[in-house]
Parts: sequence; C-alpha cells; structure tokens
Amino acid sequence: MIETDILIIGAGPTGLFTVFEAGLLKLKCHIIDALPQPGGQLSELYPKKPIFDIPGYPSVLAGDLVDNLMEQIKQFQPGFTLNEKAETIEKQEDGSFIVTTDKGTAHHCKAVAIAGGLGSFEPRKPLIEDIEFYEDKGVEYFVKDPELFRDKRIVIAGGGDSALDWSIFLSNVASEVTLIHRRNEFRGALDSVEKVQELKHAGKIRLITPAEVTGLNGAEHLESIDIDENGAHRNIKTDYFIPLFGLSPKLGAIANWGLEIEKNAIKVDNSLDYQTNIEGIYAIGDVNTYPGKLKLILCGFHEATLMCQSVYNKLNPGKKYVLKYTTVSGVDGFDGTRKEAEKAVVKSID
Amino acid sequence: MDVTIKITDREGALHEVQAPTDMNMNIMELVRAYELAPEGTIGVCGGMAMCASCQCYVLNDVALPEMGDDEEAMLSEAFFVKSNSRLGCQIHITEELNGLEIELAPEY
Repeated sequence: MIETDILIIGAGPTGLFTVFEAGLLKLKCHIIDALPQPGGQLSELYPKKPIFDIPGYPSVLAGDLVDNLMEQIKQFQPGFTLNEKAETIEKQEDGSFIVTTDKGTAHHCKAVAIAGGLGSFEPRKPLIEDIEFYEDKGVEYFVKDPELFRDKRIVIAGGGDSALDWSIFLSNVASEVTLIHRRNEFRGALDSVEKVQELKHAGKIRLITPAEVTGLNGAEHLESIDIDENGAHRNIKTDYFIPLFGLSPKLGAIANWGLEIEKNAIKVDNSLDYQTNIEGIYAIGDVNTYPGKLKLILCGFHEATLMCQSVYNKLNPGKKYVLKYTTVSGVDGFDGTRKEAEKAVVKSID
Repeated sequence: MDVTIKITDREGALHEVQAPTDMNMNIMELVRAYELAPEGTIGVCGGMAMCASCQCYVLNDVALPEMGDDEEAMLSEAFFVKSNSRLGCQIHITEELNGLEIELAPEY
C-alpha cells in the first residue's frame, strides 16, 4: 500500500504544482495519472504550443512548463502511479482514504486532491462494427508492450504523430507493418513523415492511402480487416489492428464517487478551500466548477495553494502557523536540499 | 456590430443567436457562450483544431474562411464527417457570417 499525505489525481500543471505548495507545508504527495507521462493535456495534446498567460513567462512552450514544474517539485520527491486510472475510493473511520486504481494499486492518504482536468484520456475508437468484440483479441488502442507484436502482422490506422511514430518503431519488431490513413497527407513531425516515406521505399512499411478500415473479421481472434481504398474494397490479412485516432478525456469512475457534479465538473466551495461535498476530497483546476470559474492554468495554481493550506490546518488542528515566503524562509526539500536567498552583504565602505 | 447565426444543437433544437464580431470569438466559443452544448463536450482542446469536438455541418451558402491544413488534417481523423463539415473553432465570427446556419455534429 502506497502511503502519502495528499493523493493527487491528475499530473497536469495544477496537480504538479500542488506538490510544491504541499511540500512547503511538509506534506508529502503522490500522483496518479492515466497517461504514461506527467503533464496532462500539455504533454499529450500540445507540448509544442506556446502559452502566453503564465505570469512571469511572456511565452512558454507547454512541454517546457511541464519540465519546469517537474524540476520545481523534484525536491519534494513526489511518488507517481502512471498509466493507471483512479477507480474506487473508500473513506476510512479515521477520515483517511484508500484509493485504488484500475490495475489494483492501492493508495492510503489523508486527503485527496482531484486535479483531473477534463478527465482521464481514453482512446477515440473508430466507428467499426464489432470493434469491441475484438478488443484484446487483435484490436489494441495503445502500444503498451511492443513485444506483443513481435513477428506479427499489424495494421496501424491514423494520420498523426502516434500513428507515424509507432509505424516506424514497429517496423523493426513486427513481421509486416501496414499504415492506413484517410488522406495522403499526414500531420506529424517532418522527420517522422520523411522516415515513414523512407521505410515505405525500403519495403518495410506498406502505406495505403487514402483508405479507411471498414470491417473486422475472425472467429476467435482478428484474422483480417476490410478496407475501402478510394471506393474499392480490399481485404488484408493481419494479426493486429491498432487504430490511433487520438485520445479524448472522460471523467470516468470519479463521476461515481458521490461527488456533486455540475456541467461535467465537480462542484466545490470556492469561498474557502475548493473542498467538494465530501470532507477531505478537494477538486482543483479545470475539473472543478464554482460561480465565476475560469479554466486557466494560473487559476489552478491559486486553487492548489489555498487547498494545501486547508489540508494542513485540518491535519494539524490547533497548531499555529502563518504563511511563509520562500524569499525569506527558503525551501527545504525532502531530499535534504535547501534553497535560499543569498544574505545581503553588510560592510562599511572605507 | 452583432451578426445573427442559427445553430441547431445536438438534440435538434434550433437557436437563433446574436454573435459579437469585435471579441475575436469563433463558432465553438459562441456555442459555449450560449451553453448550447454541455461543458466538456465541445471545445475540449480549447480551440486548437486538435479534437474535433466542435465539428459542425454548414447548412447554407455563406462565405466562410478557407479551411487551413490543421483543420483539414483533424477532420480527416474525425468521425461523422460529411462534405459540409467544419470545425467551429476555426471559423472566426466576422460580419460576413451574418445569416450563417449550422448544425452541431454528434458528440464523440
């Protein structure tokens, strides 16, 4: 069982910054995220897009902001449970919680901070009849373990970076790689497009465009797919079909935790500390709603800060504390590091 | 100056709304401003032509800004796409849009 003070659900900017604010109050954090890497939307959707409204940064790339936040919280040694979704929550008699993921990892914490943004990212499934029947029987929406495809025939569909990148990678693993896209143009990094072109000419990737997968066949496991290539029907033998049409966020299991939901977001008390209707569970960042709510990263940072103070006060009733400034007190990391401003030189001038 | 735009929501209800031309708004934001689709089901990526949650069908002949590469690429990966599909986030509200009629594509 993983033990922590604040369990944060969602490794987006708000969740990451929570670790810092909690760390200043000597509270330890652990983060769960459905994606394999931290950063949430910023890493998954737009790492190369500039953001212009982070105070103090005239412009910062989303991916760089995530890197900076990771650097900033490193000293507070947060734990991560990545690639797993928070599934169930049980309140204990002492007011603490046990949160368990879809893969069975259990976390015991004193407070829960839901910083889930728009929800956990789930694959956008193409509208093909019986596709659900073939899930785990030849249809895979993620490449979790490339070895699954060793010496197998695979068909990848999609026109973005993940379709290109996995086609390139798996061309050295699978016995046959076919990439299918609805149009001739691909939207991805230029070097990936060029690499696929190269592999196509080398006979290592079969490219079929403009085409669309229209049907799946096989008794127990996927055996072949039907495609529509410019109006003509074609059947291709394959062991695996990997549709990579991006991810879309879903609130998922959290919607069943008994929290008050309004407009697909979690209602919180914004006059105080962003606590939900369940004591000890907070919601911060894009996932919450209250009168006047704005879904901005900078608002998420503010909400995270107030929430941490509230958690501290609840966990330490009666213990006197006043807000400290990092310029004055410095930052003491859990890793033994200390950051502080240099002392001013006091010296007489002869 | 405001323009009038007719929007059929995902339930089939028709709304005639006034859209400002001086606030750098787009059709996706207009739909959100009038709450014609539930929050979280439209404009998921914020308006970067990266999710197609604001896909709409253009119902009448009004001069629209030309489709950019991003929009075309996203629509090529979206579902329920028709020949009159556009991404609402890529259509900025200008005076030329007066009288535009659109229908929101199904949620996916």
